[in-house]
Amino acid sequence: MTRYIIRRFLQGIPLLFIISVVLFVLMMTMGDPIATMGGRSITRQADRVRLTRQLGLDKPLYVQYIYWLVGNDWTKVDLDGDGVAETAGTRRGILRGDFGTSLVNRGEPVLQVIWERLPNTLLLMLASEVVVVLGAFLVGIYSALRQYSAWDHFITALLFIGYSMPIFFIALLSMYIFAVLFKRWGLPYLPTVGMFDPQVGKTTGQVLLHMVLPVLSMSIVSFASYSRYIRSTMLEVLGQDYIRTAKSKGLTRQDIIFVHALKNASLPIVTVVGLDLPFLLGGAVVTERIFAWPGTGRLFLDHVARGDMPVVMGILMLISVAVIIFQIITDVVYAWLDPRIRYEA
Amino acid sequence: MNSEVLRIATINADELETPPLSLGQLAWRRFRRHKLAVIGAGVLLLLFLYAFAGALFFSESYANHNDTSLRLDAPTYSHPFGTDTIGRDILARTVYGGQISLLIGLFAVLIETSCGILVGAIAGYYGGLVDNILMRITEAMLNIPEIFLLIVMAKFLSGKIPDMTIMGRTFSGSVVLIVIIIGGTSWMYLARIVRAEFLSLKENDFVLAARATGTSNLRIIFLHILPNSIAPIVVTATLGVANAILSEAYISFLGLGVQPPTATWGNMLDGANNYLDSAPWLWFFPGLLILLTVLSINFLGDGIRDALDPRSRTV
Repeated sequence: MTRYIIRRFLQGIPLLFIISVVLFVLMMTMGDPIATMGGRSITRQADRVRLTRQLGLDKPLYVQYIYWLVGNDWTKVDLDGDGVAETAGTRRGILRGDFGTSLVNRGEPVLQVIWERLPNTLLLMLASEVVVVLGAFLVGIYSALRQYSAWDHFITALLFIGYSMPIFFIALLSMYIFAVLFKRWGLPYLPTVGMFDPQVGKTTGQVLLHMVLPVLSMSIVSFASYSRYIRSTMLEVLGQDYIRTAKSKGLTRQDIIFVHALKNASLPIVTVVGLDLPFLLGGAVVTERIFAWPGTGRLFLDHVARGDMPVVMGILMLISVAVIIFQIITDVVYAWLDPRIRYEA
Repeated sequence: MNSEVLRIATINADELETPPLSLGQLAWRRFRRHKLAVIGAGVLLLLFLYAFAGALFFSESYANHNDTSLRLDAPTYSHPFGTDTIGRDILARTVYGGQISLLIGLFAVLIETSCGILVGAIAGYYGGLVDNILMRITEAMLNIPEIFLLIVMAKFLSGKIPDMTIMGRTFSGSVVLIVIIIGGTSWMYLARIVRAEFLSLKENDFVLAARATGTSNLRIIFLHILPNSIAPIVVTATLGVANAILSEAYISFLGLGVQPPTATWGNMLDGANNYLDSAPWLWFFPGLLILLTVLSINFLGDGIRDALDPRSRTV
């Protein structure tokens, strides 16, 4: 097992290398980083040249990539433009945990910029993941026990509608119903944008209230695949011999469903959740934009729009690393839960 | 009388049975039984009619004509879906937007399918180092969430393709761009499916026979193995159209997709959340059309899956 895990980690390294090279090339026309740094004022030509040298943008692409990867503190760079490299570099490269500094928030380390937003995103995404998994278990088990009944068909149709909805349509529709119409009808209504009402402040109650609509929108979209998955694994398990044995030895229906069937049927869902979790880091770009939720998804959008390459690159690489690590964890956990599974080293 | 008895007596047992059904007929029978899929196909047909026959009633210049004195008018008799922020008729724009959205869906899937088949077939057929390299690239692309990849690619390629005129109509270059981007970021699943099919099919005797008679690798791949793996490809491609339409909607909604004045169902929604309260018709109709299209394609795809590949009943 240990050898298997080590091998998987080693396989991840070339993968990350390919990803980083492709993304790095894609970043090259993200926008004018120097205009971004200048803010609203027009940058003078002399400053432009100086900043270009400072950021290393005068170097060929592969040198820029190497500096980004392993830093440039082992070499000297030419800052005054006289053709002689005289100043020692200061960047340490992402392999040593230095993701560079943001161009928009001048000088702030990338990791810090992302770190500020990450808890907000995780709050939103984990809440909806919990809602989806719990709801999907209820619906999936119910549909499986009443296969091909009118309710099963009705639920299937509803799930398909949810699955086919663009998330912004659900978001706009739910905002319209629960905020606009409810307000118009004099009912208690939900807030639509932001994390809290600035007049009240960031209290737990406020954040929870602001979370309702985004979590609802995101849950509806991913609800279908989860509950259909649980329905099919549940159906498969219910047809097994040991369920018939349990029935014939006179166990109660509850015991059979919740102890014997559910335990085995819920195993495969571990894989689905495990593979979905790392994508939560990136947040829901569209949802966060509509609900003005200050998470990493919106951070990504804002910084893409302004060509802040270090931050964009940082977010994408963190997600990639998380995806690879979570794949390995999922496999290991699954093998641990299901002793039938063996990985050859 | 005697001769008649004789005739009945000599009827061959085979003649009493109905002629065997072809694979296509069997598939069609299974498809017909899937009521939701048939309804889905019908609705989809109506939506195509709406977008393409609708053009007979409104001209494109009418769809792009703005009259700021009419801005954000609620639905009335002359503008059944209301008007948008600069007074364009939303009904006419959903017609022309529908054409673009549907065409983007179809063409993006064309690219997706070609890339997917090519990568999957080569990796699966040749195996070894080629397989290893191609699958690492596929994995690398699967590692990044699609929406992030779409945004980065859209940003990378934006403005690289000039506007073009086809059949007297001017299309924003961004339409072609979006087709390429969506096709180029969605082929990975298909590639994996095709590769898996090839890995198992290439071990069959008919491949060995083809090779023994000196058939070229290209002919074996495209004429011998590919036709045998067509079922999962058709299913994936059908569902891919729904995904491509959704992707277009997302990216245009974020303002990085097709640029106005060319309308798509997605970019009609861009900025609509600012008019959530005052002009719900602005986002309701395009959103509803996207939902209907994607929903009916998903039902259709589900039906096709059941019809072509009865063994695989997944989500």
